[in-house]
Amino acid sequence: MVLSLWRKIRRTGRVAEPAPPPPDAAAGPAVAELAGSVQIRHVDAGSCNGCEVEIGSAFGPVYDAERYGARLVAAPRHADALLVTGPVTRNMAVALRRTYEATPEPKVVVAVGDCARDCGVFAGSYGVAGAVRDVVPVDVEISGCPPRPEAIVAALRSLTGR
Amino acid sequence: MNLVALGLGAAAGAGVASALMGLLVPRPARAAAVGLGSAVTGAAGVLAGIAAMTGQTWSMAAPELLPIAGVFLEVDALGGLFLAVAGAVAAVAAIYGIGYSRHHADGRAPQAVLPLFVLTLLIVPIAASVGTFLVCWELMALTSLLLVLTEHRRRAQVGEAGRWYAIMTHLGFMAILIGLLVFTAQAADDTFPALRAAAATLSPAVAGLVFLMILVGFGSKAGVLPLHAWLPRAHPEAPSHVSALMSAAMVNAGVYGIVRVGFDLLGGGARWWWLVVLLLGALSAVYGILQAAMSTDVKRLLGYSTTENMGLVLVGVGASGLFASAGNTVLAALAMAAALLHVCNHAAFKTLLFLAAGSVLHATGSRDLDALGGLRRGMPATTAAFGLGALAASALPPGTAFVSEWLLLQSLIQGLPNAGIATSIVLPVAVAAVALTAGLAVATFVKAFGVGFLARPRSDAAANAAESPATMLAGMGLAGVACVALALVPGLALPLIGRVAGGIAGTQTAPATGALTIELAEVTGTLSPFLLTVALLAAAVLVVVALRVAAARPRRQEARLWDCGAGPMSARMEYTATSFAEPLQRVFDNVVQPVQDVDVTHYQESRYLVQAVEYRRQIPDRIERRFYEPVLLAVARWGRAGRRLATGSVHRYLGYGFYTLCALLIALVVMR
Amino acid sequence: MTPLGLVGGVVQPLLILAGSPLLLGVMRQIRARLEGRRGAGIGQPWRDLRKLMRKQRITPRGTTEVFRVAPVLLVATTLVVAVVAPFVTITSAVGPVADLFAVVALLALGTVAVALAGLDTGTAFGGMGASRETTILALVEPTLLVAIFALSVRVGSTNLPAIVSATLEDPGQVLSSASLLAAVALMIVIVAETGRLPVDNPATHLELTMVHEAMVLEYAGPDLALIELGSAMRLSVYLGLLANLFFPIGIATELSVLGILGGVVAFAVKVTVLGAALATTEVFLAKLRLFRVPELLAGSFLLALLAAGASYFLG
Repeated sequence: MVLSLWRKIRRTGRVAEPAPPPPDAAAGPAVAELAGSVQIRHVDAGSCNGCEVEIGSAFGPVYDAERYGARLVAAPRHADALLVTGPVTRNMAVALRRTYEATPEPKVVVAVGDCARDCGVFAGSYGVAGAVRDVVPVDVEISGCPPRPEAIVAALRSLTGR
Repeated sequence: MNLVALGLGAAAGAGVASALMGLLVPRPARAAAVGLGSAVTGAAGVLAGIAAMTGQTWSMAAPELLPIAGVFLEVDALGGLFLAVAGAVAAVAAIYGIGYSRHHADGRAPQAVLPLFVLTLLIVPIAASVGTFLVCWELMALTSLLLVLTEHRRRAQVGEAGRWYAIMTHLGFMAILIGLLVFTAQAADDTFPALRAAAATLSPAVAGLVFLMILVGFGSKAGVLPLHAWLPRAHPEAPSHVSALMSAAMVNAGVYGIVRVGFDLLGGGARWWWLVVLLLGALSAVYGILQAAMSTDVKRLLGYSTTENMGLVLVGVGASGLFASAGNTVLAALAMAAALLHVCNHAAFKTLLFLAAGSVLHATGSRDLDALGGLRRGMPATTAAFGLGALAASALPPGTAFVSEWLLLQSLIQGLPNAGIATSIVLPVAVAAVALTAGLAVATFVKAFGVGFLARPRSDAAANAAESPATMLAGMGLAGVACVALALVPGLALPLIGRVAGGIAGTQTAPATGALTIELAEVTGTLSPFLLTVALLAAAVLVVVALRVAAARPRRQEARLWDCGAGPMSARMEYTATSFAEPLQRVFDNVVQPVQDVDVTHYQESRYLVQAVEYRRQIPDRIERRFYEPVLLAVARWGRAGRRLATGSVHRYLGYGFYTLCALLIALVVMR
Repeated sequence: MTPLGLVGGVVQPLLILAGSPLLLGVMRQIRARLEGRRGAGIGQPWRDLRKLMRKQRITPRGTTEVFRVAPVLLVATTLVVAVVAPFVTITSAVGPVADLFAVVALLALGTVAVALAGLDTGTAFGGMGASRETTILALVEPTLLVAIFALSVRVGSTNLPAIVSATLEDPGQVLSSASLLAAVALMIVIVAETGRLPVDNPATHLELTMVHEAMVLEYAGPDLALIELGSAMRLSVYLGLLANLFFPIGIATELSVLGILGGVVAFAVKVTVLGAALATTEVFLAKLRLFRVPELLAGSFLLALLAAGASYFLG
């Protein structure tokens, strides 16, 4: 089993795509302080999980967002950025606000996908409390339903500055 | 001027005076008077003990004082060590007892008995004849039994614990009695010098029998397997300062007895004796700490930890005997010094731990770790005391037990050059036992301290706990100072202990020297707990300063606990002592064999809907079940058989009398 | 306290302080490459630490001094070990502390401090992590002690410089059965103690599978930086101990610029090679179920005990 895995590693080689040119604009004053290292806490505020699939592939071997200094972590205390997906449902509004409060300064919030920006197709639904910016201050928004991994990676690079 | 005589005289005077004060002084001042008097008794004992360890001796012979036996006392270095340890524990516990017994135990009887108990603790190590020794031993058992029973009106378990203690301690006494009487029968009289002279004439079988009997007796006092069952029962149920006295001072008498009779009176003896001692010690150490790791009652946990530590001491004593029988006296002295140093260290940290546990009990009324927690806010001093004790007990630097366990391991490592087959098998096993004990001790005391004192309170009583009165804090403070001093400057005690150990093993070379740095004789081994602590503190200061300089936002900000965004967390979501120990319990499932019971009740309408789940888990003492229950059942069966004879019918009893009389008459007729 | 020892006492902690995040970077980079990724570069752990130092310090409500002191203690214990153990120079700066038992106990003290901090938060995850870490520690500690014992018997001392110089004089005795058994046992417990696969997954995001991470979920900013730095340093220190106990070649035995430089390079190479081997092995391993971990550790304990027995019988 070890051998077959080893052969597979040899055969596959590197699958990460070449890095596109780095972003020219930083996404806010926090970026200078973060200086190439952004720990990210992902918060699903009521998403259909389409965006999660794309976030997953952004951190997969092909897009490899980790090479730019972004990393997913397990708790907001360890995080610098919140990656919020979906329209904020009533059940998640308090939780999102608490997650934001639990994140130490300096911090940034990234709203991923159309739902997070303006509730998308769920706008006006009785279960939705509002877009992410109605609950916590948002620094970066990524449009798309769902956004492509390239777009997510580009937004993250504007945070890490690499 | 003989300080030994002075100290002992003062101790005797103060002890008797405080016992009288316990009877005569009215209630408001009684506890204070007795406590101070007992503290003076203990302190005088320390003075006499230390004087004896530095080389002064004193003896007294009063053959007419007690009928038949007489009173013979003699203080030598070994007796002095145990005298000093017992005195120190007594002094600290007595001061603590002033505040503690005001609410729990300031009746006439316990207050009058306490100084007597202290006195017997001081006299046992200096008794110099079998008669004197046995009388003192029995008095020690009786006075401690009375003290254990102090709170028997309030709690039913106390009575049961007392019964266990009374029976076990008297079975032990019988074993010692038989052993010493067999020994005395071979000697001119029952004084220790006569026994020493007779030791050489004993046949190996008789000597072995004597040693086994006294090992059983003294082992039961030291709480060694399989005769430990009384210890985790009686020590928790006694008032806490008495628990400290018993667990830190009285159990040492068991070790003293083994060393005194085995090394001194019997003069060393065969190798297998010490193999037995070493294996018993190793077993007790592992089993004791394993039970402690599973325990959720803090005082029971401490009681089992006593079994563990006495086991470690016996590992040292056994190794010392092994080395001595192989002729390596320096190594024997090293192992003995490690054992005796561990006796001192254990006395210091176990006193501190029991006093701190008593303080918690005093404030919250609970010994259950699952119901404690969050005591840091209400009881900072007690928390600090228990933390210090836990550090000392878990054999981590800079704690006290680390030093003595290091010394013990050093002596075991050096055992190789003169190893026979038996020794080469036993020594690695002993090392494994000591190592396993060290690891489990860490888990045990992380649990006791972390769950019991840190985190958030798990009950209202714990949330509203307030700090104990000043005398209790003073007692804990003194014990804490002793812990720190022994941990940082082993040179305070080690040279004296080395002398004692050298004397026992029969060598002039001090096995370990140095004030701040321990240096071993004939072996490359050095350790400086002091330098280690200094280095650790320096590194910590360096880290803090570096953090201050490098951090961009040095101010701390308060924030709510991260509760995953959901509502506030309740104390029920915290880990408890039971859940904390659960993984370990799974690992040692085959050894501890917990009894689990799950009852699921369903709704009547549908058996798919659960109404309630009831879960019970118990970790019974397995040795108790295996060894004691069959015996107890057999005794009970005998009792039932006897009941058939006694039906309550007067006719029948008259009949018994008639038939017995007839049988006697017939027997007389026939015999004549 | 010789001049050589003093130099070692200054060089070693600096080297380990500066190098251990880089070692972590190398290990992550190797893993990334084997996964077909490009990786964040070996300087990323240092960038993470720099960033964490700039963040807000947070004290969760209801925590005590234990929570605040634990990260400091974790780094301080490791620093002391880095000063006293013979990593670069064969003599120790503080001889009477350079005892193998003392060193292991110091490292355990750091673990205990963090476990207590995990309990101190009073959260479910903190307690869970502390319980698991302590269980592992309780099983690792005996193996470490017995393995050390097996190594010490042939030298007759637990003094680290003494063991290392004995091995340096007679490298052949490393191939004795006792040494080899002890080496395997030590490797297993080092993997367990530093929280690597298959005992713990340092990259997990799922609280229920966490061991070490669960205890430190409440830490933020500089405190977290200390915890991460401390963990990285512990990894280096353990690997360094393993390297120098069995393969002390290259360690500086006399005071000269070249000797010290050689010692630094040899130590860095040895630890990097061991770290690289560890990272490569990890790619092929899945995390063990928590309750299978004790079986692994019991196995290592048995190996250590065999080593101790062998050192008595065959030594």
